Amino acid sequence: MDFTHDDEQLALRDAVRALLRSRYGDFEERRRAVRTELGHDESLWRQLAEMGVLGLPFAEEDGGMDAGPVEVGLVAQEFGRVLAPEPFLASVVLAGGTVAAVGSAEQRTEILTALAAGERRVALAHAEPGNRWSNIATDVTATDDDGHWTLSGVKEPVLAGDAEQLLISARLPDGGTGLFLVDGDATTRTTTTAYDGTRVTRVECDATAGTPLGEPGADVTREIATALDRARIAACHEALGGMEVALETTTAYLRSRKQFGVTLNHFQALTFRAADMYVALELTRSIVAWATMVAATGDADETRRAVARAALQVSRAGRHIGQEAIQLHGGIAMTAEYLVGNVTAHLTALDHLFGDGQHHLSELMTELEKHEALDPLTAPSGPDQEER
Amino acid sequence: MRLTLSAQDLAFRHEMAELFTTVVPHEIRDTVLDGGEVTAEMIRTSQRALDAAGLAVPHWPVEWGGRDWTQLQRHLWHEEMQRAGVPTPLPFNTSMIGPVLAQFASQEMKERFLPATANLDIWWSQGFSEPDAGSDLASLRTTAVRDGDDWVVNGQKTWTTLGQYGDWIFTLVRTDPEAKKQRGISMLLIDMSSPGLEVRPIELIDGGHEVNEVWFTDVRVPAENLVGEVNQGWTMAKFLLGNERVGVAPVAQVKRTLARAKRLAGAELDNPLTRARIATLENELLALELTALRVVAHSEEGEPHPASSVLKLRGTELQQQVSELVVDLAGPASLTPASAGVSDLPLWARRSAPVYLNYRKASIYGGSNEIQRQIIARTILGL
Repeated sequence: MDFTHDDEQLALRDAVRALLRSRYGDFEERRRAVRTELGHDESLWRQLAEMGVLGLPFAEEDGGMDAGPVEVGLVAQEFGRVLAPEPFLASVVLAGGTVAAVGSAEQRTEILTALAAGERRVALAHAEPGNRWSNIATDVTATDDDGHWTLSGVKEPVLAGDAEQLLISARLPDGGTGLFLVDGDATTRTTTTAYDGTRVTRVECDATAGTPLGEPGADVTREIATALDRARIAACHEALGGMEVALETTTAYLRSRKQFGVTLNHFQALTFRAADMYVALELTRSIVAWATMVAATGDADETRRAVARAALQVSRAGRHIGQEAIQLHGGIAMTAEYLVGNVTAHLTALDHLFGDGQHHLSELMTELEKHEALDPLTAPSGPDQEER
Repeated sequence: MRLTLSAQDLAFRHEMAELFTTVVPHEIRDTVLDGGEVTAEMIRTSQRALDAAGLAVPHWPVEWGGRDWTQLQRHLWHEEMQRAGVPTPLPFNTSMIGPVLAQFASQEMKERFLPATANLDIWWSQGFSEPDAGSDLASLRTTAVRDGDDWVVNGQKTWTTLGQYGDWIFTLVRTDPEAKKQRGISMLLIDMSSPGLEVRPIELIDGGHEVNEVWFTDVRVPAENLVGEVNQGWTMAKFLLGNERVGVAPVAQVKRTLARAKRLAGAELDNPLTRARIATLENELLALELTALRVVAHSEEGEPHPASSVLKLRGTELQQQVSELVVDLAGPASLTPASAGVSDLPLWARRSAPVYLNYRKASIYGGSNEIQRQIIARTILGL
């Protein structure tokens, strides 16, 4: 059992941290980037591509780095630390991960190479107005007209859905859920910026032409679920980065802000609450690291459970730390120009991307009879017990 | 990063599980696993069996019975011991005074006390807290005045756990009333059968007799029973309390209790609120266990990992929450006492409320949870 990262992993983290900090170390720069038409910085996106970050989880033959959830997590955590608005999670981890899992060899190479090179952004359009963190599509339907597929219906909210290429899930004529590649401009789209800077899109298809991803007509519900789990892990890391910064910023503030003639760290009512934030953060760090290692085994079933466990803890701790960070700062944290309140906003958004704590708890509480007690030292028997 | 134990540690874990179930009599382990009352005699028998197998004091120096294990191996030892229902070796002996003597005492004193301490031939009591010295331990007032070859001790200690069984008591006493708070304190070992020493029981809210007051009236203690140097007591107390906090998260024990609660819950397990509560507790225990593993895996050399302060704080909170769950599962059956001669209600349910009340102590002892928060705020967060 080892929770430490090797030198190569740490070098990756340091490089990404340095790059993101040079761009968004000043929070005002992040605010400015979010307000641009694109909502992020195109030149930073290209720099990330040059660094290999945009191809991190993909196979080498698809232009990727062949890295696993551990490396993806390290990068996501750095994104979380500066609230970087570039769609690493949405485009690389979620959409790219789905292509990697479902696409034919030809599709994978074509799409992932372009994505890794920073030349094309891809988005997974999966959520539907009537659905709540579901693995299947119901409202958007696919029609097969002699091998010519068309889609109809609305996807919303689609993360970073202003991408060039969309990957749209749809109910298949014979049931099940399929995935289709669609030219973004062939749909009717409206993109807005959410309260935390995340770009969200409404995508409408009306007999829009789509190319099946992978085998035409195949139900890929399981693959979507697995891709969502991979994205959940990355989101947990992004939230962890945010929680770290929230606590660091809060303790620095308690040490410097004066009221009643003394700095706030003289008030035990405040320092004890900061201590509880630390407890929540450390517990979260442990369970997220563990779930990441479980995901690295490649065992989809065990990963699903481990992800639910990590996501439950992240949800609870994220709310706790985010709320306390604001309260311990006072009014300043309510302002849009100050970092901490925005961290809390982003934690709130991350919590609701792929299922909040209650959603995961609902799953976990159905499985009480499956084990007497949880034992993390009895590892799942995946194809590879060591992190690849 | 690596998810699994190394082959060596896995083998070690199996060896521990095997040893604990063969070395310690199953009647004793069954009592623990059933949540029954563990008697002093059971604790003594169990610890002697462990000592004979070299399992009572693995964390001591090798020459006094230690095993030179890694932190992770000690963790596995501790967890497997709890899992097997083995009563924990008496902490006053193995975690508190033993390591202090091994570190600070003269060779003669070590030879006199350490083997008997490991084997529980001497049952130690702790004489630290006083009525006016709780978390603020250094304000203690029990005095020891030198008179010829003796120290003469006067004062009162309190919260002396299991003091009714104690053969000896290790005390902090004020040997220099002029010196500043921490400086005038020494550690004195006192034979509890000495004239002038009186143990008075304190009845607790759970109806049990677990703690005592210990009164000292002109108790004469041979000067050779002073540990280390005069007025060095505070250094030893800090050393002891530091050890006390390491590995205090009772993870395996709480996991065992929660697993048992699931088995006993009956129809209540169909209540979605109960299921959510149990699933939440399981998850929080998992996060705690993983944190404990992170801490032990990374404090191989020197300083404990900073996150170790999380363990006591969170471990005791979860211990309390699980005991609260059990009394809620028992419901009205928790009202009939375990001692009732005739009852149709299960024993676990009748024991549940006293256990719940008893565990309120967990967030108070071993450095109260407020002290833990203070440590986190000061030394980790720099507040």
